Amino acid sequence: MRSKRWWIVGLIIALGLTVISPLASGWPDGLERVAEDQGFIELQAESFYEIIPDYVLPGVSSEALATVLAGIVGVLVVFGVALGAGYALRGQWTEGETQ
Amino acid sequence: MIASISWLVPRLLPEAMHIPDGFLSLRIAGMAWLLSIAALAYAVTRTNRQLREKQVPLMGVMAAFIFAAQMLNFPVAGGTSGHLIGGALAAILLGPWASMLVMTAVVLVQALLFQDGGLVAMGANILNMAVIACLVGYYVYAGAQRVLGNKARANLASAFAAAWISVFVAALSCAVQLGLSGSSPMQVALPAMGAIHTLIGVGEGLITVGTLAFITATRRDLVESRPSAK
Repeated sequence: MRSKRWWIVGLIIALGLTVISPLASGWPDGLERVAEDQGFIELQAESFYEIIPDYVLPGVSSEALATVLAGIVGVLVVFGVALGAGYALRGQWTEGETQ
Repeated sequence: MIASISWLVPRLLPEAMHIPDGFLSLRIAGMAWLLSIAALAYAVTRTNRQLREKQVPLMGVMAAFIFAAQMLNFPVAGGTSGHLIGGALAAILLGPWASMLVMTAVVLVQALLFQDGGLVAMGANILNMAVIACLVGYYVYAGAQRVLGNKARANLASAFAAAWISVFVAALSCAVQLGLSGSSPMQVALPAMGAIHTLIGVGEGLITVGTLAFITATRRDLVESRPSAK
């Protein structure tokens, strides 16, 4: 963990979490529960397109596997977007500069 | 084969406090977009000035971890589930501005790729889960540290408070948006969202504390290199 490649370990941990995602609770979550109880859930508009709806990768027959694969895709894309944002914004800061 | 029924049949479910399109009026959704864009513009300039080289991969790893953790709904009372938001966790490690960008990356990808959270409502979701959760998480953590002291165990207590309060305030903000949109009367939405998220916030606190304890044990320098809000 002391190496400069510690972030690879972090990424592997995030990817590892997706393996247990099929075990996640399928109960309605906080907002969904309130929307159902208060009767405004039907206001929800359908999306006009879908890529990976409901965190289940389309075309995979095993729902558990499809969920893990959706998670892996998401982890890698989110990692890339945030890393790219950080990379684009780095560098202005130099050692010893006051903030 | 590639074309399966699940591809064709929409079965969208909102996650935690990811607001789907339709719950918010266009006026409220638009106002939330304006507030979010203003906050993000400021976050970009601050991150541009403050971000250390070492924190660039940390931004990627935190976004990846928070995305994965958000998939892990845990059961709370009454057949309801919740999951980590992660705004406080990110803010404690990265400061309020870089963490705002990390959370925005998560919300953005969830909406665009996973249809979790609406496109029109994305401004409100960014406002609640990126802007508000990170700012509240950061300032509660900094304030609690001042009261409790900057010791390992006190820091974990501060982190729990920051995580819990960040979820609670984000949930109230979500309720206010629903109320102002006319989806649910304010006097109903506020206590309902507040009550369920007092429980979900406990999960947020435990995951935040556990993650910070792990990072402190393995890479203390990452916890201590956090930029300030000043």
